[in-house]
Amino acid sequence: MSVKATDESRRTFLRSAAGMAATLLAPGVTLYAMGDAAAAETAPASAKVRWGLLIDAARCKDGCSACIDACSAAFGWKDTGHPETDPQWVRKVSAKNPETGAGFSVPVMCQHCANAPCVDVCPTGASFKRADGIVLVDRHICIGCRYCMMACPYKARSFVHEPVENPKPDAPRGKGTVEGCTLCVHRIDAGGIPHCVEACQAAGGAMLFGDLGDPSSEIAKRIATYRTTRIREDLRCNTGIYYANI
Amino acid sequence: MTASGTLRRVIPECVLALLLFAMVSGSAFAEGLMPHPPKGKGEHCVASTDVMRRNHMDLMKHQRDETVHEGVRGKPFGLAGCVGCHAVKGADGQPVSHGDSRHFCRSCHDYAAVSIDCFQCHASRPDEKVKGAEGSRSGLSGLAAFFQKERP
Repeated sequence: MSVKATDESRRTFLRSAAGMAATLLAPGVTLYAMGDAAAAETAPASAKVRWGLLIDAARCKDGCSACIDACSAAFGWKDTGHPETDPQWVRKVSAKNPETGAGFSVPVMCQHCANAPCVDVCPTGASFKRADGIVLVDRHICIGCRYCMMACPYKARSFVHEPVENPKPDAPRGKGTVEGCTLCVHRIDAGGIPHCVEACQAAGGAMLFGDLGDPSSEIAKRIATYRTTRIREDLRCNTGIYYANI
Repeated sequence: MTASGTLRRVIPECVLALLLFAMVSGSAFAEGLMPHPPKGKGEHCVASTDVMRRNHMDLMKHQRDETVHEGVRGKPFGLAGCVGCHAVKGADGQPVSHGDSRHFCRSCHDYAAVSIDCFQCHASRPDEKVKGAEGSRSGLSGLAAFFQKERP
């Protein structure tokens, strides 16, 4: 299940500037750019792409938390013994049929809805959907009102109650704002895959990441071939996270 | 020659000497008060010092919105670039955080009494893999467009 979707429009393109480039804008105003290390500038997110996940409950082992551990380590959110206020970007949800005893356990994170209720209710525009379907919080303009948390049917967003010590350069987080799964947008923009999917590939291979908008991608083919479910499809949020065997 | 005549000749010279002294000592005094931000790695910043001093906040904000909302990454005016290139090492050999007054950003912001909100969320110390100044030709043309828009 080690599939990495590639998309022409999202592929980073390298523009190597030979040596040092200098531009004279006006007398006395010179701009420099370092061209020695081929700098990569990524193209803007394309609306032709719809990033999504396919999670196979049959392969997701009960008790395995590789995806959660990878996310927690990468972004610095963790369990501090205060479940009411600790941020949770992804959690394992277990369900069991009480009559038969059969059950499953799957990770649930932001479902990256096409019709996202969190985006609808946000009073500042901080909760937004990118062109490629990734739903994010712009924490520069988030006022911490938490309407999005109330609106989300998947309980995917968390409010940061405590100051964040030593945030990582790729994962800015701060007290007083709402946060949630970003689908590792910084990695996707650089041509990579989310941390959880990477960890799962080593642990069980239950998660598949790819472009739902590209019919030739592995994820789109699987969804077109096998029966999949999306959580609370009745809400018509058109989520980007598909589940198999639940 | 009368005494008053001598005095009249000497006074302008005294005034001139005093003025010169005031200028020299004044500039030395101001020099002591002025911030001395630590130099970054490499020969050049992503733009000249004058431009960066005056416009860094606008450049960073402009690029920030492009990055967060559109997913354009790798342009030259990212905060991680500033933090990586201008890291100041403390006594333990590790880069200091913004809690330390020697931090690059603080050296000027303390002087200007402008608080920095960036580090409430963003890392003030570089990652192991320092990104440094991620300049590119396209970034340069983007900057040129930005300036032409801002300053017709």
